[in-house]
Amino acid sequence: MNNLSSIKDKSFLEILNRFKTGIGLLALVIVLSFMSPYFLTVPNLLNVVRQVSIIAIISFGMTMVILTGGIDLSVGSMLAFAGAISAGMIVNTGLNVYLAILIGLAAGTALGLFNGLAVAKAKLPAFIVTLAMMTVARGFTLIYTNGRPISGFDETFRFFGAGYIGAIPVPVIIMFLLLIVIYILLKKTPLGRYIYAIGGNEKATKLSGINTDKIKIAVYALNGFLAAVSGIILTSRLNSAQPMAGEGYELDAIAAVVLGGTSLSGGSGTVIGTIVGALIIAVLNNGLNLLNVSSFYQLVAKGGVILLAVFLDRKSQQQ
Amino acid sequence: MANQKVLEMKNITKTFPGVKALDRVNFSLEKGEVHALLGENGAGKSTLMKVLNGIHERDEGEIFVKGEPVKFQNTKEAQNAGLAIIHQELELIPYLNVAENIFLGREERNGVFINYKKLYQKTEEVLDLLGVDIDPKAKIKDLNIGSQQMVEIAKAVSQNADILVMDEPTSSLTNQEIEILFELIERLKEQEIAIVYISHRLEEVFEICDRVTVLRDGQFVGEVKTSETDEDELIKMMVGRTIEDRFPKMKFNPGEEILRIENLSVPEEIENASFSLKKGEILGIAGLMGSGRTELAKAIFGVFKEKTGQIFYRGDQLKINSPADAIDNGIYYLSEDRKEEGLILGLSVADNISISVLKTILNANTFIDAAAEKDLAEKYIKDLNIKTPSEKQLVKNLSGGNQQKVVISKLLSTKPEVVIFDEPTRGIDVGAKREIYNLMQDLIDEGVAVILISSELPEVLNLSNRILVMHEKEIMGELDAAEADQEAIMKLATGRRSQ
Repeated sequence: MNNLSSIKDKSFLEILNRFKTGIGLLALVIVLSFMSPYFLTVPNLLNVVRQVSIIAIISFGMTMVILTGGIDLSVGSMLAFAGAISAGMIVNTGLNVYLAILIGLAAGTALGLFNGLAVAKAKLPAFIVTLAMMTVARGFTLIYTNGRPISGFDETFRFFGAGYIGAIPVPVIIMFLLLIVIYILLKKTPLGRYIYAIGGNEKATKLSGINTDKIKIAVYALNGFLAAVSGIILTSRLNSAQPMAGEGYELDAIAAVVLGGTSLSGGSGTVIGTIVGALIIAVLNNGLNLLNVSSFYQLVAKGGVILLAVFLDRKSQQQ
Repeated sequence: MANQKVLEMKNITKTFPGVKALDRVNFSLEKGEVHALLGENGAGKSTLMKVLNGIHERDEGEIFVKGEPVKFQNTKEAQNAGLAIIHQELELIPYLNVAENIFLGREERNGVFINYKKLYQKTEEVLDLLGVDIDPKAKIKDLNIGSQQMVEIAKAVSQNADILVMDEPTSSLTNQEIEILFELIERLKEQEIAIVYISHRLEEVFEICDRVTVLRDGQFVGEVKTSETDEDELIKMMVGRTIEDRFPKMKFNPGEEILRIENLSVPEEIENASFSLKKGEILGIAGLMGSGRTELAKAIFGVFKEKTGQIFYRGDQLKINSPADAIDNGIYYLSEDRKEEGLILGLSVADNISISVLKTILNANTFIDAAAEKDLAEKYIKDLNIKTPSEKQLVKNLSGGNQQKVVISKLLSTKPEVVIFDEPTRGIDVGAKREIYNLMQDLIDEGVAVILISSELPEVLNLSNRILVMHEKEIMGELDAAEADQEAIMKLATGRRSQ
């Protein structure tokens, strides 16, 4: 059913459709640069990307989870737990900074692994499993920290959240490295292909000889790892591990994924879309701050943008 | 029966971007007749029906329902005019009961409450009228597909439909259920309800249809009385050329034993199945739906966790705990349900073909070799004559026959030694069926062992050299295909062991 004569317009529309989130971001940037003289300056833009890096890193993991048809509500809590563990190892135990970071990463990965096992092996719904983990991991964090922030780090640890390489903040560099790694993982490796396949049709994937349980466990574990990376960066940047850190981040991450065009039912979407989605939210927040809009109104604007974007996405898919 | 036309479609033309889906098609339906609409996939049958009930807007042509010119804007309007379509995918609500489904949105009420007494009474009336024995209080999810279809038909009749369109109504029914459906169709005729019957199965057309309209490539080929034609002529009209036989003459070449199953049991699915399979043969498995054919295949393929008994493969005992184990050892199962268990519809043709062998086409042991993947896909697109603009096309955009070829390509890419085909030709057109039969011949020529599960008895009889017949989770007996006939199979399939 090819139409030779209309292929040209069709592909133009398709390209437009494919990059619509990017076009949306661009439009937002253009509008804001007219409304605020400070918006389009290097320091401000660097500030935006540094702010976005923490949410962006967890939303990369969230993208993979959602691509398999799952969800993870526990990322905010896993983030706090990993941050607290690393901080505690440094401040209370006096451990080597790099070793402490490794232990924090392992802690996040272990929690994610548990999520994965419960979803894949015990066949429990991801929503319930990760909802439970959200509470449990927060509880662990409060128990470990005694409900009090842990602070007092040296320069080595501060580097990951507050340092610069040249003019670029370190969190931004970590974010870009992870973006590249996960982009390649999803696009070029069998694991990535299986992630899409499971979200598209898990039964058929399994009958094609793929160990779908193993893939799902890996995805949730990787998500826990990425939450831990975010947690350590956040702790380093704030110079303190807050027991309530990352609360509500799961919703920001899901919003970024959805804004980026990933289907909540799984099987289609890209991590590039997700970073653009995360940037839209961050630019919007930043712009409204510069325009002195009250944070109460910002919440309304953010929700409205998410709803509008998903509505437009649905519309374009129906056509 | 007076020759009253309840429906007349004249010169219907419908163009989609780049393709003329319907080109001056005529179709007419008389009161109380069953009229078959035949044609290969993509011939325009569904499009014609969608134009009829207002899902597609026609470009040209006229439609008359009971003499009145109509142009339905949506299904609701069509429904009000007495037109109902029974789709292949039934549209019932699983957790509501039969009565609630039939009168959904039209419930008898006492004020704000549903008057259940009256609801059940009215449901009984409709079911009695159709001679259907189903409990109005049964939940839809607890009914088999045959009964669900009856409920769907009852729903249409309760809405005073007098034109019913049945789209492949028998595609997922057992032979017994088909018989019940045909009795029901006879009763509908007595009620002077006219039926458009869309099917791929020619035997059925001759059994219950009065007239046949054939479409090919969106064009009207002809309209004939069933009593004045035969299968060969209809096939010729459908494909536009003569196919000497529906089935090729198979040449079997049974060699050494490759697979032996001993006392294989799966709780609630399979009881004590034993059989042996040789290289170069096609072992048919017949049986009614629910007799355990698919479950037997899936048990061998490692789908069920709990099972007892032994599987011997190339002489040695083999433990198969997952489909991955089976595929690694050269055993591949092609599911009867291509959309649910075969394809990943949102991925491309290439992605689907390569998924089972991705790990063998890696660069640096890590990254998918895109060029190798493209070559692999293109090889099978060419070998199996898959009609697709490119290997990047999403599988959901292909026709049924081409989708089936994609699943078969996936299987072939693993170079299997034992292939289990479960209903490989269900819902695909005559031409594609023939290609799949030829492919089976190629497989056995190469020494592959094939198991063929099919509900179409002629298919099992003509394509296999031996036939196992199953009944209620057990293998009832084995027949030599050269000597067996449909009757002998049905005897065993209905549980009569003696010959």
